[in-house]
Amino acid sequence: MELLVATAVGMLTASGIYMVLRLRTFPVIIGISLLTYAVNVFLFGSGRLLPNAPAVLTDGVDIYSDPLPQALVLTAIVISFGMTAVVVIVALGSWLANDDDMVDTPTAGAGPDAADDQPRGGAQS
Amino acid sequence: MSLFLIALLPFLGALLPGLMIHAGRQACFMATFLVTGLTTVGLLVHAPAVLGGEVIQAQLNWIPSLGLNVNLFLDPLGFFFAGLILIIGLLVIVYARYYLSRQDNMGEFYSYLLLFQGAMVGIVLSDNILMLVVFWELTSLSSFLLIGFWKHLPAGRQGARMALTTTGMGGLALIGGMILLGQAGGSYDLTTLLQNREMVQASPLYIPALLLILLGCFTKSAQFPFHYWLPHAMAAPTPVSAYLHSATMVKAGLFLMARLWPVLAGTEAWTYIVCTAGLLTMVIAAFIAFFKHDLKALLAFSTISHLGLITFLLGTGTPFGVMAAVFHILNHATFKAALFMTAGIVDHEAHTRDMTRLGGLRHLMPITFMIATLASLSMAGIPLLNGFISKEMMLEEATVTTLYGSPWLVTIVATVGALFSAAYSFRFLGHTFFGPKRDDYPATPHDPGVGLWLSPALLTIPVVVLGVAPFLAEPFVKTVTAAVLGDASLVPDKYLALWHGFNLPLLMSVIAVIGGILMLLAYKPLIKAWDNTPRPEAKTIFEALVNGCGTAANRFAEGLHNGSFTRYAAIMIVTTTAVGAFAWITGKSLAQGREMLPITPPAFAGWAMLVAATVFMVLVHRNRLATLILMGIVGLIVSVGFNYFSAPDLALTQISVEVVTIILLLLALNFLPNSTPVESSPARRTRDGVIAVLGGVATTMLMYSILMSDFPTASISEYFLANSYKGGGGDNVVNVILVDFRGFDTFGEIIVLGIAALVIYALTESLLSSSVRARLLNRGYEEEQAGDAHPLMMVVLTRVMMPVVLMVGFYIFLRGHNEPGGGFISGLVVAIAVVMQYMASGFAWAERRQRYPYHGIIGAGVLVAGLTGIGSWFAGAPFLSSAFGYFRIPPMNEFELATAMAFDLGVFLAVVGAVMLSLESYSRLARRQGDETNEHAMDIDPSREVPPLGSLRNTAQQEG
Repeated sequence: MELLVATAVGMLTASGIYMVLRLRTFPVIIGISLLTYAVNVFLFGSGRLLPNAPAVLTDGVDIYSDPLPQALVLTAIVISFGMTAVVVIVALGSWLANDDDMVDTPTAGAGPDAADDQPRGGAQS
Repeated sequence: MSLFLIALLPFLGALLPGLMIHAGRQACFMATFLVTGLTTVGLLVHAPAVLGGEVIQAQLNWIPSLGLNVNLFLDPLGFFFAGLILIIGLLVIVYARYYLSRQDNMGEFYSYLLLFQGAMVGIVLSDNILMLVVFWELTSLSSFLLIGFWKHLPAGRQGARMALTTTGMGGLALIGGMILLGQAGGSYDLTTLLQNREMVQASPLYIPALLLILLGCFTKSAQFPFHYWLPHAMAAPTPVSAYLHSATMVKAGLFLMARLWPVLAGTEAWTYIVCTAGLLTMVIAAFIAFFKHDLKALLAFSTISHLGLITFLLGTGTPFGVMAAVFHILNHATFKAALFMTAGIVDHEAHTRDMTRLGGLRHLMPITFMIATLASLSMAGIPLLNGFISKEMMLEEATVTTLYGSPWLVTIVATVGALFSAAYSFRFLGHTFFGPKRDDYPATPHDPGVGLWLSPALLTIPVVVLGVAPFLAEPFVKTVTAAVLGDASLVPDKYLALWHGFNLPLLMSVIAVIGGILMLLAYKPLIKAWDNTPRPEAKTIFEALVNGCGTAANRFAEGLHNGSFTRYAAIMIVTTTAVGAFAWITGKSLAQGREMLPITPPAFAGWAMLVAATVFMVLVHRNRLATLILMGIVGLIVSVGFNYFSAPDLALTQISVEVVTIILLLLALNFLPNSTPVESSPARRTRDGVIAVLGGVATTMLMYSILMSDFPTASISEYFLANSYKGGGGDNVVNVILVDFRGFDTFGEIIVLGIAALVIYALTESLLSSSVRARLLNRGYEEEQAGDAHPLMMVVLTRVMMPVVLMVGFYIFLRGHNEPGGGFISGLVVAIAVVMQYMASGFAWAERRQRYPYHGIIGAGVLVAGLTGIGSWFAGAPFLSSAFGYFRIPPMNEFELATAMAFDLGVFLAVVGAVMLSLESYSRLARRQGDETNEHAMDIDPSREVPPLGSLRNTAQQEG
């Protein structure tokens, strides 16, 4: 079971990294969200895996799932929503105002229009 | 007066001049004078006690754990300097009143001056060496303001910048040195530290501490090779030069050397470094001074030279050297401040300070001439004036000092220094006041009003009195010397006297004076040679250095930060992975003590779905809608996984956040293109793929090794589990941690969430108030629109669900303390219930039914949470302490009420408000031209007779 969780975190991270390295805002935002999942599960995992352990205090039970990572991750999930929302509005603002949804600053001399047919940072050459 | 008040009064008083200037220049001056006068009186009332041998202390703990306490103490050395600062301050304030013209903002000037005064007094009264550094930096800052007071003059701005850079860097070195010294001496309090001489000097930290502290002192006191800033600081108004650059600030370095003398001095390193720097400075600066045509530049170099002299005296490490240094500090302050003021008067009256354009002023300005004569002859070291006495003492000390193995070296160098010193003093006097009267002065010079010459005239009184009767100052000088040495028995049994008989120092003096006169007579050939000699210009070197640093920094930053986010991300990921791999290879991983749990079929199915979803997402990520669907799958599996591993709270939160996130991204996709174009080359995609796989493998390994190992130390979770019910009154430990144990964190989190929502709102508003608004309104629909925008089925369904969802939310909220749930989750659930109404009946329809603005709800949430926290103050408990009790209202069962619930209510409100405000802001962007505001909840309503709006719109579109 540990192997499954570990590989799942790895898959989320890998796909998240790949998406973050794309050139347009939308995939980058998706990539950050995937990394958020990975980080949250990772933090949660630091409390070790305990299926079928009670989460709330019950009489006669000694082993509980670790509450501390859960409390941390819970707020992290909510905050990550706020973060995503802010990043998305920034991306939207750039797109609506300049028709530009590239994440990289255009190289010197190239405006947003010129950027489309110019290689950036050796990306297309 | 309390020492705190003495140190604080100038700072408080600094507020006055800026205000009083509105009542006129005289009022402004009076206020400033009174502040300094009051502080001076406050200091002087301590005189009998301090000079009687008592050390007055005032203490206040600030950050004891860092050794940082506001401890002040007043001993004779501190008293000497504080007196110098305040009394000369008074004279400068009077002088500046008449010096500043009507165009100068006097309030601003006096405010800066008082700030500086406070900082200086702070330095000399500090007991804690870290406090001293704080005041030290304040003097650098306030002197920056004073030097650059004439902001319109480029020279002023450049000089101020140069002074700040140099003394500021010295200040940085000083911080390091003081921390090392405190470590070496076992205390940051001077009163303790000064007792620990052996401990400090035996410590391996002694040399680094000494070097750093001396760097601070030398930059402040303009010792070679850091002397260059002082001449450029002469662009300041003359009162500033008289105050900062002769009497006070440049003496701060000397003060610190004297203050730390008991622990630092006496070693070979001290003697060599300090004596060498002092002697070099004394000779070089005196030589340069002779060739300066600007009166203030001459005085600036002469000040540097005299500072070098005092540094040398302190460097010798002998008690007699200290005594000479103390006396010379006093003498120099008197005659040099007077000379600066004289130079200011000449400038004020003749409108030039250039000696090549001056001369013959002695008949035109007799009073100024008198003052200048006394002060400059004292500077030259002519008998019957105070400069002579201390210079004799310096020469006497030089004859007994052996440096670099030669007993004659210091004697010769000191004589040469004294010779140059006499030469420039004579030139100052001769080329300004003697010679023929000229008729080409820029303005007709005459003696100024009494206000301007009073201050320098008062300063010449000690020049003469102490010159004729030096024994008057002897008890005071000896007391101060004892304070520097830290031991009264060490004070040399010599006396200050005019006549010591025919001896070597007298011969050296005679040589110096005669040599000085000869040098002045040979002025013409000398200046010709000087002008023809190429020499390094400090300002050019400094600017080149600063510009070089700037260029290098820019090149470095631009090379690293070229604006490509992708590149930063790649660098960050690769670096993190590499560092992790390094740690993995070289370090020791946790012991793998846990048994692997068996893989169950449902878990495997979930895992397979998650892996498939992530793989597909990478493959089809250009189709953005498909990406969102896949992300939904990932989110669902993650929340199911949380539930599977006994974290129901997380599962609930994840799933509800998932819903609002997907809605949010769908709203965003409404504006963004639906697909991502192919841009990167296959090579680049391969590279990214490799980075991604490496990162993925690294996290997998890390996660696996953590999951398979036991906790290396006991987890603090045990504490939470044990105390959740006892201390927090709740069975749901996660919720108790959130609202009780770590309530302050949660309070911060909801504030952050609220800020994020407000940022989104603000950005939306600014977008809508720009040209974007028109474009948004006027864009057409790319695709055909649904005929039934607000379908009946959906409207009915969401209406029916609304109360159910609200009830569920309420239930989740109430049970949160003891069962999975709580404010965060119920907030999200309720937000979803409301969002559903927006989706079903449209934004405008729902908005009209919204009673409270979402900003208000966020604010109410933060307020409720905050007030709950404050409430515990009334019970005498710290912020956010919780209380709980059990109550029973028949016929219900017993139930619990906890203050944490009120806090959770705040969380709930903030979450609802934040989520709704974000989504609402996005929807506001979606309004287009031609969108009718629907009057009704749904477009097609069988119960209505009137043709619905939606059908009208469709007809119109089809016709058009």
